[in-house]
Amino acid sequence: MSAVLLIEQALNGLQFGVMLFLMAAGLTLIFGVMGLINLAHGSLYMIGAFAAAWVAGLTGSFLLALAASLAAAAVAGVLIELLVIRRLYDRDHLDQVLATFALILILSEGTRWVFGSFPLYLDTPDWLSGTLRLPFGIDYSRYRLAMIGAGLVIAAALFAMISKTRLGIRIRAGENDREMIAALGVNISALYTLVFALGAALAGLAGALIGAIQSVQVGMGEPVLILAFVVIVIGGIGSIKGAFVGALLVGLTDTLGRALLPTFFATFMEPAAANSVGASLASMAIYILMAGVLIFRPRGLFGATA
Amino acid sequence: MTRERLLNAALMAALLLFPLYAWASDEPFLITLTTRAVILAIAGVGLNIALGFGGLVSFGHALFFGLGGYAMGILAYHAQTYTTLTDWPLTLQGTKSMPVIWIIATLTSALAALAVGALSLRTTGVYFIMITLAFSQMFYYFAISWPTYGGEDGLSIYVRNGFPGLNTMDPIQFFALCYGLLALILFFTARLARSNFGLMLGAARQNEARVAAIGQRPYRLYLIAFTLSGAITGLAGALFADLNRFVSPVMFSWQTSGEIMVFVILGGVGRVFGPVAGAALFILLEHSLGGLSEYWHIYLGAILLGTVLFARGGLFGLLAGRGQPHD
Repeated sequence: MSAVLLIEQALNGLQFGVMLFLMAAGLTLIFGVMGLINLAHGSLYMIGAFAAAWVAGLTGSFLLALAASLAAAAVAGVLIELLVIRRLYDRDHLDQVLATFALILILSEGTRWVFGSFPLYLDTPDWLSGTLRLPFGIDYSRYRLAMIGAGLVIAAALFAMISKTRLGIRIRAGENDREMIAALGVNISALYTLVFALGAALAGLAGALIGAIQSVQVGMGEPVLILAFVVIVIGGIGSIKGAFVGALLVGLTDTLGRALLPTFFATFMEPAAANSVGASLASMAIYILMAGVLIFRPRGLFGATA
Repeated sequence: MTRERLLNAALMAALLLFPLYAWASDEPFLITLTTRAVILAIAGVGLNIALGFGGLVSFGHALFFGLGGYAMGILAYHAQTYTTLTDWPLTLQGTKSMPVIWIIATLTSALAALAVGALSLRTTGVYFIMITLAFSQMFYYFAISWPTYGGEDGLSIYVRNGFPGLNTMDPIQFFALCYGLLALILFFTARLARSNFGLMLGAARQNEARVAAIGQRPYRLYLIAFTLSGAITGLAGALFADLNRFVSPVMFSWQTSGEIMVFVILGGVGRVFGPVAGAALFILLEHSLGGLSEYWHIYLGAILLGTVLFARGGLFGLLAGRGQPHD
């Protein structure tokens, strides 16, 4: 495998990882602050993608579509939080898993009912189509580069928000001791709704951005949801830094594994067997990574050690 | 007789009488439908040992369900193609005999559950939920990308496997087999719940530190419960594959894990007969709502959400009053 191909695959892995971070950041914040496992996070991703595809179809504007994805997912997030999620904070994990599993059923079938079973398509805008020539003669998709850039900017903004702003201080305080910050006069239920809406908006944006390179369809959220869970478990649940490192690790492992493992096995096996062994192992790689991390660090890489 | 026992008896009687009625009125589809409920109930009873008795929220029981299914699929596939399973170190043949398949499916799933449990039980809480999910996803993707046994398309078995003295292709006879197994497993589970081991397991669920203080290792209790749980769910997987005469990676999918959990919750967590009620209700809903609307999952979701939010003990909690609290 040539170096150029390798760099391209690494960039693909980076792009995948950055998008996973957008999903994982919301999940890990929601778990860290509210102690809630939200399986319905993938449905918010789907809602974002559908809103973007619908608005893009009406207006033709990609930026409006992105704004719509943020708004639709945030509004859906607020509604879900007020109607259902709020009742789950003091329940055990089993109840949370089941109630949010039920939400997936409702939201997926609801979306199918409104938009039908056929996938929608969201086109990348003209100003981001085609490729860009990078150093060493690598041609790489402008849109994917823009995704990496946007993801990194959002990650930086999120870090700044958490570490510098008053809202960030409250979020961190809420992770540590919710009774105490409620006693200090912070409206804790408004904070919870806000954090949930923020996580939902990020998931919706990720859905819209990825919707432009894949098809927008019911059920698109669940595979990404599972990957986002892998990410936050590897990183340590509740840690934004962990989510970032975990997302890049998962993105790169998955993409590079698929590219490299079949070639690696071909060095000492017959081509056909090498291909099937390599492909099987590559598709399992991130789960093996996760199991390995948990066996040696049962609370993830950046999880609290208590 | 307590209300719970009355309910148990009514449930088992209904599950027996309904297919007999269907048999008398020549409705083989309804027999098959009930057989499906019975098999899924076995899977739920298996999960309930870990989830209800041990408080271990496994989100990866599809792994054992799928392994049982593939154990049946692979053995029957080699038997129907007249190929050997392995040639080295010793020659192994496939088989079409149900009892042999059941034993192999149960043992394979038990071994897998022992290994997965030994690793997963090092973690707790959400991490346990997620690591069990990760293991089942590993097998899901492995089954999809491994071409020998059909890959993504799955494996079809042309003729249902045989049981000595019975014609298993006859729906009512296959139903009787599955019902008998369910009754046997329920008897075993009820005994287990009242045994020293079962009581200790319940104690560990409620307070690990105290159980450790009287000299029992919670890890060991959990591991035994998880292994038994996986073995029973694996047997259900083999039966399910035999019912459909088809196995596919879907049996390993996380939605399958979710559905098995749904049976346990709908019925009532920690009740021996809970998953039976849950699976029967699930099949009933699927059949009646599925006819009502193409989008029946919306209603299923709403019912599930209502159960979790407002009827925490499930069907048994509603009808038989409070039993053991689950925590």
